[in-house]
This record gives sequence, structure tokens and C-alpha cells, in this order.
Amino acid sequence: MRMNIHLKNRVACVGAGMTLFRRRLYETPDELMWLAAKKALDDAGLTIRDIDCIVYGTAPDNFDGIHMQSEALADGGGALNKPYTRVYVGGGTGVFSAIAGWWHVASGLCRRVLVIAEEKMSHVQPHPQYVFHHIFDPVTEKPLGVNLIWIFALEMHRYMYKYNIKKEDIALVSVKNKRNALDHPAAQLGMKITVEDVLNSEVLVWPVQRLDISPISDGAVALVFTDEENAKQLTDEPIWIDGVGWSLDTMYWTNRDLAFPTYLYYAGKMAYKMAGIHNPRKEIDFAEVYDPFDYKELHHMEGLQLAKKGEAPILTREGVTERDGDLPINPSGGLLGVGNPIAAAGLMKVAEVYWQLKGEAGKRQVKKDVVTGLAQAWGDLMQVGTVIIMRR
Amino acid sequence: MKPENPPGTPYKRSDFEEGKILYTEDSLELWYRWSLGKYLGKYLEGLKEGRILGRYCRGCGRIYVPPREVCQYCFRETDEWVEVGDTGIVNTAVVSYIQADRSRMDKPLIIAVIELEGATEGMGILHRLGEVDPEDVINRKIFGKRVKAVWKPEEERTGSVNDILYFKPIEEV
Repeated sequence: MRMNIHLKNRVACVGAGMTLFRRRLYETPDELMWLAAKKALDDAGLTIRDIDCIVYGTAPDNFDGIHMQSEALADGGGALNKPYTRVYVGGGTGVFSAIAGWWHVASGLCRRVLVIAEEKMSHVQPHPQYVFHHIFDPVTEKPLGVNLIWIFALEMHRYMYKYNIKKEDIALVSVKNKRNALDHPAAQLGMKITVEDVLNSEVLVWPVQRLDISPISDGAVALVFTDEENAKQLTDEPIWIDGVGWSLDTMYWTNRDLAFPTYLYYAGKMAYKMAGIHNPRKEIDFAEVYDPFDYKELHHMEGLQLAKKGEAPILTREGVTERDGDLPINPSGGLLGVGNPIAAAGLMKVAEVYWQLKGEAGKRQVKKDVVTGLAQAWGDLMQVGTVIIMRR
Repeated sequence: MKPENPPGTPYKRSDFEEGKILYTEDSLELWYRWSLGKYLGKYLEGLKEGRILGRYCRGCGRIYVPPREVCQYCFRETDEWVEVGDTGIVNTAVVSYIQADRSRMDKPLIIAVIELEGATEGMGILHRLGEVDPEDVINRKIFGKRVKAVWKPEEERTGSVNDILYFKPIEEV
């Protein structure tokens, strides 16, 4: 891939804020947008008058049932009379909205951008899972009664088969992330569980069980980005966005290598190139990788070259990915622990990297000194990878 | 510790029934009629005749199933129709206990990605497995085994992926 890495502006994150993540929040999507936006602006010491443009991310319109969700939520996003953009790549949207915010500033188009990702899944009755039935091909797949958990289970089982991975080792991811989330003030599912609890939980689609999977959630997250000159006026400790990458694989997911996330390999390569990273395992200090299912954390570590193929379960078993380990993964608690309001969950990961690099994560702060962090999400029909690399 | 005091007002499902939460209801009822295009249309016509059709790309030699207009690797039109086998290898398989709306199924269903013989390696399709013990899916013995399509009787076929009832093993699991 050819890419211009000589950008007009170096981009900094100077503020972050979020709502609670919960199974049901009483606030409307617009109200959630406002709550998160206000928190982020306060954190940056700015008001909406300081913001030049807004980037908004949300997953399928069908969660809200309003088929122009972007415009419907412009008020809570502070978008009046400003350039306003919605981006969408399914579950990858959260990190992609940060990438879109980045290019607004990196290009020199805007100086300060407010990035907001929001998701309200609880509207859908009887269960939001049904929305995902409608992301599949109506000719070749929907007539089979497909649901999203099927395809994750198929991928997880292929991954287990190829590298002879035990469910016990995959369950460790869920145990770790839910425990990490106990220290996250917004978390929905922080809890102490054991590997046995995961293995004894309700079987949905074998090998996927209830505790292998992230919850349905409502919530919103916002970040403020600005250029280098302005960042240095606002704070002594800007957090830089030094690499972004995204990549799309085919919609025909049954034609893909299900044991390795190729979509992420290319997205990671792009971000590493931009950030000047040659050895990700050594140069990335910690990462928030996308974990809607426990096996996906492992899959994504390998796609990002943070582990060799089939090695991520071993690193997990050895404690390398714990908060006090050599390569902490999902110190926030991830989607499994903090919750999964889809687009907002991805942006929560970017916020966590920001807070960790600032040293503001409190009880969640990883033990080692960290300079470089990575956040990643995944989406569309299991086909998109979105990556962002930040440094202090 | 950040985030400090994250705002939001959680509530429970029971709060609806107890009248503690105000809400309004609406449903979307949309009806779609998808035109199939030249490629998937012919794929379904093939299924009605008990044949599985793919498309061959002369640029890279790949045979695509389901068939499609463009070779994604060469970004050129695919060249020829090819009939592939109705036998294949199980790439991956799972046992589903839930339906698309998350409700429990009465009887578990086995779902698989099957790499058809005659298509390029790795070109799988999604379908059901039948005449298989769920235990052999759970212990992954079914992986890599040969399976064959069990078709609906010809007069019942409609031109749908459901014209294949399921794939069944044709070697010992």
C-alpha cells in the first residue's frame, strides 16, 4: 500500500468523557450524546464554541428505528451550523469515528474536532440481537435463519481447531476482562468469575457460551482532538495520535481464512507504518483490542502481530496480558467487562488508551510505564479492522 | 480516576411493567423484493436443478462460490460458469441452540462452513449439517470430513439455498 505519512498537522487528544454503560439507560440517544460531549469538553477545558466540526459514530440505524439517525441526533452532538459527519463501519465504527476525527485535523481542514460515538440498543424488542439478522446477504444466507452468534461461533471453532486451543484458555480472557472492569467507574459487567463459571454458563451456539460474549448496552463516549499548536496551548501533556489504519476484507466471509483476521493485519500494518513501528510486540506497551467475544481478543492480538499465530492463548495463560503483565491487553475491562454499546464501546477503547497514557486510569492504571498504546475495533460482516496508535 | 462520575440513569425491564418508565411503541414493517442480478439469479436456478454453480476467473484461476460478477483479487469480470460438486469438506461447524431473535430452539441445529469440491480451496458456503451427532461437532471430529448435499425432492425446490436440506457425512466421523 502506498500512503502519504507526511501530514499537515500532528493530531492530539486533549479531552475524553463518557456516560455509564448499562443494559438500559433512560436517556434518549440525543441526551446520551449531550452527556458524553459535555464531559469531554469539560475535560478539555473547552466549550462548543471552540469546536470547528463534529464527527459522529453509531452502528445500524435499526437500533434506534429512525432511519436518519445522524441528523436526528445533531442537537445533542452540538452540531448546529457546523460541518457534521457520520461514519459507519459496523462494530468498527467507534475507532473509525476517532480516525475520521483525526483526518479532519491532520488534513488542516479543522483545528478542533469533537468526536462522539453513541449506541442505544435497548429500544429493540424483544431482543436487539435480531437487528443483526438483517446484515446478512438476503439470497445466500438469510434464508438459512442466520444470526450473528453463528458466524462468531464458526470462526471461534475454526480458530480452536487450527491451533488446538482449549476453551479453558479462551475463557481466561473473559475472567480477566470482567475482573479488570471492576475498577472502571462506568462498567456494566465488572465481576469476579472463574473459568468454571464461563464453562458452565448457558450454551448459545457451541462453542460460544453466555459468559464468552459481551452484553447488550446503552452508552456514549466523546473525545476532543486538536492540532499540535493548539494542543500545546491547552495542556502540558497532550496525547498524540501517531498512527491510524483501516482495511476491509470481502463480504463473502465463508470464503475467508477464519483462523486469522486478515482485515486487521492490513489495518495494523498501515497504522504501524504511519507511527514508525517496526516490531509491534516490543514497541506497543499495551492495547485495547476488540473483544466482543473472548476468543476475539486472542484473534485480534495475532492479527495485530502482538502475538504469533496461535500464541495469544499462551500469553494469556502466562499472565502476560494482565494489567501487571508485560503486554497488558484491555486494562479497561473491554467490551466483555465495561459493556458493548457498539460504536461507543470502540471509542471507549480509544478513551482508555488516552487515560492510561495520561496516567489518569487510577486503579486501572497498568503497572509498567507506558508511552505507546493501541486501540482497535472490528466490524461490518466480520470484515473491517480499524486501528489507532497513541503516544504521550 | 477517569472517567469521573459517568452520568446516566439505568433502569430495569420490570420498570416498564410497573409503570415506572414512560415509553412509546412503534414497529417498522418493511417489505423488500430483491432482484437477484445475473449471477445469484443463475446460482438459484442451478440449485433448483440440483446443481451448484460457480464462476471461474481466468486471471487468477479461482472458482468462486457463490458465483459473482467481479474477481475481487484481479478486479476484472469473471469469465465462465462452472458446475462444482455437491460434495465438500467441513471447514468449521457449530451447534446452535438459539434462533435469530435469541430465543431457544426446540432442537439444536448444526451449522457449518463447507468447502465445496471443485471450487477453489477456502471458498466455503454456509449451510446446515444433518445426520451428525452434535458430540462430533463439539469434539471437532467432524472437521475436515467429507459431506454431500441432501436435496429436496425436485418438485419441492423453489430456487433457494434451502433447496439443499443439509449436508451429510459420506465418510466415517
